[in-house]
Amino acid sequence: MKKEFKVIAELIPKNTRVLDVGCGDGSLMNLLVKEKNIEVRGLELNTENVQKCIHKGLPVIQGNAETELHQFPNQSFDYVVLSQTLQAFYDPNKVIKELLRIGKSVIVSIPNFGYWKVRTKLLFFGKMPVTKTLPNTWYNTPNLHMCTIKDLFNFCDEKKIVIKKAIGINENNTSLINKNNLEIRNLFSKLGIFLIG
Amino acid sequence: MNSKLENIKKIKVSKPLKLDCGKTINNFPLAYETYGKLNANKDNAILVFHALTGDQFVTGTNPVTNKEGWWSTAVGPNKAIDTNKYFVICANVIGGCMGSLGPKNINPESKQPYGLDFPVITIRDIVRAQESLLEHLGIKKLLCATGGSMGGMQLLQFCSTFPDKTFSAIPIACSVSHSAQNIALNELARQAIMADPVWDKGKYFLKNVQPKNGLAVARMVGHISYLSEKGMQEKFGRKLQEKADYEFSFNADFQVESYLRHQGYTFVERFDANSILYITRAMDYFDLTKQFKGGLIEAFRNQKTKFLVISFSSDWLYTTKENKDIVIALNASGADVSYSEIVTDKGHDSFLVNEPEFLKTLRGFIDSMYEKFKNEKRI
Repeated sequence: MKKEFKVIAELIPKNTRVLDVGCGDGSLMNLLVKEKNIEVRGLELNTENVQKCIHKGLPVIQGNAETELHQFPNQSFDYVVLSQTLQAFYDPNKVIKELLRIGKSVIVSIPNFGYWKVRTKLLFFGKMPVTKTLPNTWYNTPNLHMCTIKDLFNFCDEKKIVIKKAIGINENNTSLINKNNLEIRNLFSKLGIFLIG
Repeated sequence: MNSKLENIKKIKVSKPLKLDCGKTINNFPLAYETYGKLNANKDNAILVFHALTGDQFVTGTNPVTNKEGWWSTAVGPNKAIDTNKYFVICANVIGGCMGSLGPKNINPESKQPYGLDFPVITIRDIVRAQESLLEHLGIKKLLCATGGSMGGMQLLQFCSTFPDKTFSAIPIACSVSHSAQNIALNELARQAIMADPVWDKGKYFLKNVQPKNGLAVARMVGHISYLSEKGMQEKFGRKLQEKADYEFSFNADFQVESYLRHQGYTFVERFDANSILYITRAMDYFDLTKQFKGGLIEAFRNQKTKFLVISFSSDWLYTTKENKDIVIALNASGADVSYSEIVTDKGHDSFLVNEPEFLKTLRGFIDSMYEKFKNEKRI
């Protein structure tokens, strides 16, 4: 199980209702159902992943998060999770607004473009970084709007979105992010997980 | 054909059924067929609703027509709906012509077949008529109910009318009401039948004949709407039927013409023209939204049933958008709903043919629901 999913699962209380946007093969949903008795729903574009969820008995709706979030009513979920896909949307700002409309709280995770290895690749090799969390090359990456932990932090500030908790992940270590340690966490975290709403 | 009809399974529904049109029917026959075995816990029953021209003979050999059951691709031993594991039930709709009460049955008042004296029925009437069958078979709660096209409409009505009768439901390629285009196509089919002089205002049975030409055209209309433009082009294109060049006549020169004629004229052997009128009318009148005064969400209020809605990308009769509207309503009412769009060129017919992605999805859902249903029952 990915460390990221464990951290996300820890953020969500038992017996709640959760929408997993871009739920993939349902790994996170499975974890939430089994360990926390959470009522889950998934939204997923890829047919193969949709079938995997259905085979596991996990409710999943095939659809595009960019255009089809409107089908979920206001505040109909306790939590909405968006794992590592924010950067792939044409209009991340609009998607975040939609997530906040649907969920009482929203959990967004991003691959951190401010991670030191990413920075050094660009700085020393002059090439777009290819890493474990960013495995694609510039011409086939689905990521249209790469951002850093600092960027998302400032974005929430600017849009007056309350950050309830922000966590940086590097391998198996997690650390809380706040205004005071933002620079250093932005440099040393591979992933950022934001609980907002 | 009539002697074969006498041997099929039937129950007599004694409970009076007040139809939406205001009339009441009672002591009417409901024909059905089952496949597989009901287990001791009675938790492996799956109810299938058939489409417009279907019948209760889902799989195996249809004893009346001697042809393969209409859903043999999906139902049978080791198939997606595995009859080694599940007990599959299907009833012939009222208004139909395969043993359930329909316009060719004898009207007790006139002692003649009903013809157009048969009451106009609705999808809700069709569904209510089937309730007694579940009682008769001793099934309190189904594992799953499913159906494509008009079968899907019956299913949506069934879930709305009886919210606790099935653990899971798979509506396939259907909608909550007919679009103008759907009504228009059905009207075309009806007009084809009524324009046949043999039809004689529905009284053709007095002369023991069928308005074959009209009924065949009605079937051809249907067949065009079940295929996609691309699928049809790939299958037939402009290919000629066993000839090198045009005949300069109105015989079936093109393969597609020959196909339609074949479909039309084999259909008249097994179906009743008045049944087509009544059943297409029921489809056109179906409007789940109207039943709940515009609030489709209300139709699915308090649903505990777990839904899987399936649509096909090239289906222009019951489009992906119409199927998604069902999903949106289910979502809005808080129901447990999954949705999958199968990408295919096979059009509306996709659910009846060998479409591997579809069959895989069907199997995966039913098998996982069975595990859940067993656990729920244990608790």
